[in-house]
Amino acid sequence: MFLITCPFCGEREQSEFKAGGEAHIERPKQPTELSDDEWAEYLFMRKNIKGVQFERWNHAHGCRKWFNMIRDTSNDTIKAVYKMGEKPPVK
Amino acid sequence: MKNRYSIFSLIKNAFSYHENWQKAWKDPTPKKEYDAVIIGGGGHGLATAYYLAKKHNMTNIAVVEKGWIGGGNTGRNTTIIRSNYLWDASAGLYDHALKLWEGLSQEINYNVMFSQRGVMNLAHNLQDIRDLKRRTHANRLNGIDAVYLSTEEVKKFCPIINTSPNIRYPVLGGTLQRRAGTARHDAVAWGYARGADEMGVDIIQNCEVKGIKRNGDEVEGIETTKGFIKTKKVGVVAAGHSSVLANMAGLRLPLESKPLQALVSEPVKPIIDTVVMSNAVHAYVSQSDKGELVIGAGTDDYISYSQKGSHDIVEGTLNAILELYPIFSRMRMLRQWGGIVDICPDASPIISKTNVKGLYFNCGWGTGGFKATPGSGDLFAHTIANDEPHKLNAAFNLNRFISGDLVDEHGAAAVAH
Repeated sequence: MFLITCPFCGEREQSEFKAGGEAHIERPKQPTELSDDEWAEYLFMRKNIKGVQFERWNHAHGCRKWFNMIRDTSNDTIKAVYKMGEKPPVK
Repeated sequence: MKNRYSIFSLIKNAFSYHENWQKAWKDPTPKKEYDAVIIGGGGHGLATAYYLAKKHNMTNIAVVEKGWIGGGNTGRNTTIIRSNYLWDASAGLYDHALKLWEGLSQEINYNVMFSQRGVMNLAHNLQDIRDLKRRTHANRLNGIDAVYLSTEEVKKFCPIINTSPNIRYPVLGGTLQRRAGTARHDAVAWGYARGADEMGVDIIQNCEVKGIKRNGDEVEGIETTKGFIKTKKVGVVAAGHSSVLANMAGLRLPLESKPLQALVSEPVKPIIDTVVMSNAVHAYVSQSDKGELVIGAGTDDYISYSQKGSHDIVEGTLNAILELYPIFSRMRMLRQWGGIVDICPDASPIISKTNVKGLYFNCGWGTGGFKATPGSGDLFAHTIANDEPHKLNAAFNLNRFISGDLVDEHGAAAVAH
């Protein structure tokens, strides 16, 4: 359990949010050209990092907007929060 | 040679104040090279080593464990064993495990306290009734015992359940698998460790894997905190940390690791002699032999390796428990903890070869791996020894995420994931 600073609403409890998994997975530009392997890679394979991870979150019980977060999954500390479409503030 | 455990050895050791029991397993330093190394000394990993030695004569093998054996998810689960899964592939896998459970204490000469007290799954709405009836039919076609119970029969089987029609999620019926039940989770790890050790398997604790060395498409060995170990076969059974180990070998897996919580109450006199699970409200409860209520909660929806979950998950589960069992309203909880579970997109496990020769993964058990421990070990040992899956785990390969031939147990099995 931790607090999340929504870029639109400010600091709220984590239970108001829905986790959307790994961020910056780009939808294939030419889906018709994709092999089964490439589809599997896009749909199912995940980094599932222990450590600093880039992920998407949705303020489901608030403004209902999506945003990105950089979080250390080994201890649940949040490094940064940034809006969709923005460049990550740290590498 | 190990001394056998029996009533006579118990009496004999009582005379020396139980101070001279033989060590159940050695504490060896790792050799330079093994025929195979299992990464992960939980129930599944130790069972794999046991069956590799017993059925496939591979005794020059080692199990390496980061902490102490059985200290991960093996000691954190809620000890429920059942095989009432919907799909044929899952039914085959989990019932194979259940059949092994039935003779396990005798086979490994270690009392795993397997108790076939039955597992009941409740229905709270019309769709639950349809799903549960469908599942009982599917189970019976696969030779798995299952019966559908009316509300009155549920009440008769477990009298403390609140079957009033006026609660938020009234009990409209349920299913019962009588062969299902519970076992002592630590004993399973200890029993398999003792059995494997006796056949010559090295069980190396406090030995963390830091890297998996590849020579092109083949495995060469593993880098550990106790040095490099050369081996041609590596079986990874690391539950929540599977993706971390896959990353060391340059692979990606279709897994997400999330915290799953459980809690136990103060010990009380026997009050519930079965296991009751509720899919819709996500609460399940049984009572341990010590008298504690063992309560399983849900997973958080975010990836985390912190072994801590959110408070609201526990709160939701306890709300459901209290509505179903008003008698527990004064119970105090003793302990609460989290474990990291690796969840597949189809909520079914992976027991599979990889495209790296000699590298095998047994993972993705998600929220329900304990019940499969003996079967998982047996089938993974077969896969490692023969470099081919057994017919019972053929469907649980990694390739299914490419072919699309998923074993979709999400919500279709007896419990929500």
